[in-house]
Amino acid sequence: MLGFLQQPVMVTAEVNLNMVALTAVGLLSRLWQLAYPRAVVFDEVYYGQYISFYMKRIFFLDGSGPPFGHMLLALGGYLGGFDGNFLWNRIGAEYSSNVPVWSLRLLPALSGALSVPMAYEIVWELGFSHCAATGAALLLLIENALITQSRLMLLESVLIFFNLLAVLSYLKFCNSQKHRPFSPRWWFWLVLTGVACSCAVGIKYVGVFTYLLVLGVAAVHAWHVIGDQTLSNVRVLCHLLARAAALVVLPVLVYLLFFYIHLLLLCRSGPHDQIMSSAFQASLEGGLARVTQGQPLEVAFGSQVTLKNVFGQPVPCWLHSHQSTYPMIYENGRGSSHQQQVTCYPFKDVNNWWIVKDPGRHQLVVNNPPRPVRHGDVVQLVHGMTTRLLNTHDVAAPLSPHAQEVSCYIDYNISMPPQNLWRLDIVNRESDTDVWKTILSEVRFVHVNTSAILKLSGVPLPDWGFRQLEVVGEKLFRGYHESTVWNVEEHRYGRSQEQKERELELHSPTQVDISRNLSFMARFSELQWRMLTVRSDDSEHKYSSTPLDWVMLDTNIAYWLHPRTSAQIHLLGNVVIWASASLATLVYALLFIWYLLRRRRRVCDLPEDRWLRWVLAGALCAGGWAVNYLPFFLMEKTLFLYHYLPALTFQILLLPVVLEHISDHLCRSQLQRSLFTALVVAWFTSACHVSNMLRPLTYGDRSLSPSELKALRWKDSWDILIRKY
Amino acid sequence: MLCATSRLLAAREASALPAHPRGRAPAPRSRRRELHFPGHPELPPGDFLVGRFTKPSVPTGRRVILRKGRMPPAAGGGLAGSELRPRRGRCGSQAARAAGRDVATEAATARSPKRPALPSSRRFEAAGRWALLALVTLTSFASRFHRLDQPPHICWDETHFGKMGSYYINRTFFFDVHPPLGKMLIGLAGYLSGYDGTFLFQKPGDNYEHHSYMGMRGFCAFLGSMLIPLAYLTVLELSRSLSAALLTAALLTFGRVVSEEPPEEAALSRYLRGQRVLWSWCEAALGRFREQQDTEPRAEHGSKGGWTDTGCLTLSQYILLDPILMFFIMAAMLSMVKYNSCANRPFSAPWWFWLSLTGVNLAGALGVKFVGLFIILQVGWNTLSDLWHLFGDLSLSMVTLGKHLTARILCLIVLPLALYIATYAVHFMVLNKSGPGDGFFSSAFQARLSGNNLHNASIPEHLAYGSVITVKNLRMAIGYLHSHRHFYPEGVGARQQQVTTYLHKDYNNLWIIKKHNSNSDPLDPSLPVEFVRHGDIIRLEHKETSRNLHSHYHEAPLTRKHYQVTGYGINGSGDSNDFWRIEVINRKFGNRIKVLRSRIRLIHLITGCVLGSSGKVLPKWGWEQMEVTCTPYLKETLSSIWNVEDHINPKLPNISLEVLQPSFPEIMLESHMVMIRGNNGLKPKDNEFTSKPWHWPINFQGLRFSGANDTDFRVYLLGNPVVWWLNLLSIALYVLSASVFAVAVQRGAHLPVEVEGLSQVLLRGGGQLLFGWMMHYFPFFLMGRVLYFHHYFPAMLFSSMLTGLLWDTLLRLCAWSLASYPLARCVHVLGILSLLLGTAYSFYLFHPLAYGMVGPLAQDPRSPMAGLRWLESWDF
Repeated sequence: MLGFLQQPVMVTAEVNLNMVALTAVGLLSRLWQLAYPRAVVFDEVYYGQYISFYMKRIFFLDGSGPPFGHMLLALGGYLGGFDGNFLWNRIGAEYSSNVPVWSLRLLPALSGALSVPMAYEIVWELGFSHCAATGAALLLLIENALITQSRLMLLESVLIFFNLLAVLSYLKFCNSQKHRPFSPRWWFWLVLTGVACSCAVGIKYVGVFTYLLVLGVAAVHAWHVIGDQTLSNVRVLCHLLARAAALVVLPVLVYLLFFYIHLLLLCRSGPHDQIMSSAFQASLEGGLARVTQGQPLEVAFGSQVTLKNVFGQPVPCWLHSHQSTYPMIYENGRGSSHQQQVTCYPFKDVNNWWIVKDPGRHQLVVNNPPRPVRHGDVVQLVHGMTTRLLNTHDVAAPLSPHAQEVSCYIDYNISMPPQNLWRLDIVNRESDTDVWKTILSEVRFVHVNTSAILKLSGVPLPDWGFRQLEVVGEKLFRGYHESTVWNVEEHRYGRSQEQKERELELHSPTQVDISRNLSFMARFSELQWRMLTVRSDDSEHKYSSTPLDWVMLDTNIAYWLHPRTSAQIHLLGNVVIWASASLATLVYALLFIWYLLRRRRRVCDLPEDRWLRWVLAGALCAGGWAVNYLPFFLMEKTLFLYHYLPALTFQILLLPVVLEHISDHLCRSQLQRSLFTALVVAWFTSACHVSNMLRPLTYGDRSLSPSELKALRWKDSWDILIRKY
Repeated sequence: MLCATSRLLAAREASALPAHPRGRAPAPRSRRRELHFPGHPELPPGDFLVGRFTKPSVPTGRRVILRKGRMPPAAGGGLAGSELRPRRGRCGSQAARAAGRDVATEAATARSPKRPALPSSRRFEAAGRWALLALVTLTSFASRFHRLDQPPHICWDETHFGKMGSYYINRTFFFDVHPPLGKMLIGLAGYLSGYDGTFLFQKPGDNYEHHSYMGMRGFCAFLGSMLIPLAYLTVLELSRSLSAALLTAALLTFGRVVSEEPPEEAALSRYLRGQRVLWSWCEAALGRFREQQDTEPRAEHGSKGGWTDTGCLTLSQYILLDPILMFFIMAAMLSMVKYNSCANRPFSAPWWFWLSLTGVNLAGALGVKFVGLFIILQVGWNTLSDLWHLFGDLSLSMVTLGKHLTARILCLIVLPLALYIATYAVHFMVLNKSGPGDGFFSSAFQARLSGNNLHNASIPEHLAYGSVITVKNLRMAIGYLHSHRHFYPEGVGARQQQVTTYLHKDYNNLWIIKKHNSNSDPLDPSLPVEFVRHGDIIRLEHKETSRNLHSHYHEAPLTRKHYQVTGYGINGSGDSNDFWRIEVINRKFGNRIKVLRSRIRLIHLITGCVLGSSGKVLPKWGWEQMEVTCTPYLKETLSSIWNVEDHINPKLPNISLEVLQPSFPEIMLESHMVMIRGNNGLKPKDNEFTSKPWHWPINFQGLRFSGANDTDFRVYLLGNPVVWWLNLLSIALYVLSASVFAVAVQRGAHLPVEVEGLSQVLLRGGGQLLFGWMMHYFPFFLMGRVLYFHHYFPAMLFSSMLTGLLWDTLLRLCAWSLASYPLARCVHVLGILSLLLGTAYSFYLFHPLAYGMVGPLAQDPRSPMAGLRWLESWDF
């Protein structure tokens, strides 16, 4: 039992000093003077505000990416004890003393530093020499653009970290597959692949491309497993299931987990509430919840309600009416009904209240017990303050003449009878007898006489309509659209018989408390959908660029300029590395096609295992470059140089692979090989030299004289800031 | 040897299944393989592989004529080759027939294994096959040509395409977002049938009266009816099964119950109408025009109801582009499939014929609409994999491979490109008169058109103060600098007069060049002529409104980071924000500025920004013209460079200018840029109901043609839901069954010969169809422009063919697995019959939708249509 005592306790450790050294240098390059520009640098101004929101636990909506990246940055703030009190309003603003700059920038810097040893590991796992592996790591180490990007509060370096982690752990998994499938090590790397992929996706949507690449490679490998006839059917099935679980199901779950934590953290209402649905807002502390708590759930005849449009474009608004009437004659000479205007109004107002009336009865109060309104019931909507009935008729609407005008009916005693009956259509009903519920039900109002549908056209009315939004009856209605759907936001049972009392009642706030909790999945799907569809202004930026500018580094971004001296930080890559990496990709592609064609003609230049290794390296590195680069050509948003960095990282990994291949297989004699080695050394020295020359622009720690700056402007398209004194 | 082969064939016939390509191995080995039925002892793996992975054999008798064909490769070397050639094609069998009776018998049986191998019955069967094809063609023609002359007035988009046909006949230049071939063909059909191009095609519902329109309609109907025989032949070629082909034909005949409306032309016309608004404005009184614009949509809806009620069933009957496009797509597909099956006789006459026909059809498809690009991609992919397999065949020398490659480059790249360019050459040659499309094109382009004021232009050469000019942006399809008597609305910068760019020629495009510091009239004859020079500070006064081109630190309406450009001042007196420095690109200071040829930039003196157009379309208040901004980013892009086009100055002598005649490639490039911009301009607006690509295959929503109330006559557009959902189901089922087979093969499962034959049909034939469906469907998800239901129809053709092929194969599989029961053969026949009857019945069920209905809405339970409202989103 105590057998283990009979043996001495032995620990055998193998330490790869290369790795240790690389990690140390990586940390040094990324963490050195990390807090130095104690000022807001470039996009920190953008991410910083979200960190503040996290610190204050206020809900926000950012369409640029899923929340995991923001949460990681916020974690830095949390560890540094940031209270969120900083106004992120302009680039270059000095940080106040309560901002823990160092810890905020720590996580991106760490992930940037760790990418260096990971590059080493990846090239090694791909089956290339230690020399090539060290080369890859050193190239990542001295790449100026990567250093700049990881020393700031930005997400690219974290994204690159997880991209590389996904590739590395997949390679480790693949290599252990050959020896011991289903061992703990095998499971560990498989699961880590899945987790790393979903982390990458969780930081930026572009992470999905690396995920797809890994999935693709895994699918090819799985296909080989299927073809392996030494395995039994059951075993093949186990292999497939394990991969499916770890690479498909697990990432989805982890992705959901990010949102779960995100929503758990952000529980207070904030400035972005308005974009979300009423139900979502009601689930936030202090938002709509404060107003709607304790409202009766079921809308009854006699209920007083405000109706919010579900679509809410261009702005969220409520169905509204007021004393003014439509002008008799519009500017263009068309006539109107001259009845009371009905609009959609983006602010809370007592004129947004409507009373649901039973057409068969006169009273405007709720019976005891309340008689709920159901799907298919015919109702009238009475405007609370003016007691006029919502009406539509065959008169062209003011700005959308193909649709019907919606008005509150005024009886002018001319031959235009009221047409104020509306049939209630609950869109998200479960059965045809569903009750109209506050907040939860999405309803449409179908006009009984003309079957027009109450719709927000979204066009702002001219001055006579106080620039509120036009509401119309859409007659030629084609299917479902959110602009025709409304929901009750505020609701109470009407109690007062008299108009005066009722006005008082309408002015008083709605009361009391039960919180309505949405399920997580409902909140997740709404949030995710809004994030994907929220419209960002695609504004032109001084430093925006096109994907074609990136390959040869024809552009740069000025990140920060010292307020007094000309010390400055630029996102500017190491030209030598960029150019040679692009060249290496080209060489790889050409060689690959050449080998492929020759193999097809049964001429095998490479032994089988070398060939497979060469293909795998290409699939992951050149493939990684392609999937992270080419999709940008299809994107319509404003693009910047830093979007290229994930692709560049993969391209740099390919560089030593190609060099080693040339030296091993294309240099035929020893002399050629030595010459080639000498060339590579010279090239690497020049890369180091360039990196060192650009160092002041990378770290921004030294103020250069105008002539030095001019000397650094190697390309005309680079924008380096030179102060005029 | 031959006897042995026939015996084997006899054995195979009994299986009543299409034969699989036999191994190239010698007879004894094939025999062993023939005996390889479940329950029989397995072959040694090596032999098995040889059998499975060799090419379709060329029987000894046929080798004689196949001298040019490939030699048998080493055993085991033809893995790819076998994949390439699914089964012996028709040309193969023809060759075989020529070779001798025995071989012919064999080939015929291989082609249609159900048949006994007797010559007389073969002849009978061949006759039946032709009869069936004739029947399918006849039905299709009958359905399309039935009441073709009805209604005798313009139906919906005929107003556009008929009009464009007339333009060709009248040789007036016009602009459209689609390439010219389709409209040229329509024009040609009209011309040949005696239509003289005098009908105006003003709006839907106009009566044709005495004008001859049947030629154009008949042409479209002819191409439309060819679709079904083409699909029939394609499926027949891919599956070698008559029942599959018949099923496809039935699905296509009954699936498109309802005519579809291609309303993108409506959007285009709205776009163009927006462009034209101010033009008309100048002509018509203000109020009257607005009224006209407001009533227009109503008129369109009304007229739609008018024509559909007379029973227009399919779009193929009308003068539209879609039947032409789909015809070329299907013809390209058919010829590609045919040429694939000729692959065992490369460089023979049929091979060349089908290969070059593929090229011709590709050019046709692309020449009608850019959507034709998808079929090009499909054919390209097919060719690549074809070449790849040939390349792997070591028995072919590099010279032969070079021939193969050259043949494909010639027929599939050079030929279509030449034809495509030829259509443009004809297009530009025919349209040589100035017309409504001029303004979309650059000054140099316009100089080609007779009747245009730039044709043989005679204008003063150098710009002088006091000249009246138009300024055109150098970027394609941006237009002229324009202003009009309307202000920017409140909230959009300063409330001053709008400045836009506008594509049509109009006198609101006229500007006067003035000196910045004096308001004296430079045209006063007492003053000497003073030329404008590079670097001068000038003022541009809008001729109609006498306001100056002005800019200031207000954000531009759409591009927020640029400055707003307005018209400012009264009678030419404004402020210092009206001053612009005029600069010529690549010219020295002090030089004069040439009309048409100088590329100029206008730099705002105070803010230092550059006048440019962002190319974004302004909302309604800006009449959907394009935004003009002053950009602070001094990058030299085409959108901030202008040239002077018209130039009027009575004090200067007119000189006949030899305007740069653009070369043909320049014209091609320019017209493509203009078309692409036009296509991108068709963007959906906010709060507008638009069709999404995911709606289409599930038949989520139809289009309401007319009528909303229960008293109205309503026509509602919807695909036949039974067929569409069957298609959808089939795609899922196909993916499932194909992956089962693929995995089985990968696992090395030993399939019986019959099943393997069927699985090859499924994987190869079906694979091509599925790929076609994907190619014609998924790209729409990436498109930003307005999409309509009818965009799905090419994809629908492919998915219907897939359905036919899949169900036939699955039923055969069923029949095979039930082979021990006496009813086995009936399963297949019954299955096919029930599918045929089912689609026919569903057509009968839904036909009121197409013919139109009166009565209560379907939401109302009393309506006879209530039971047919299977989806909430159908609101008929």
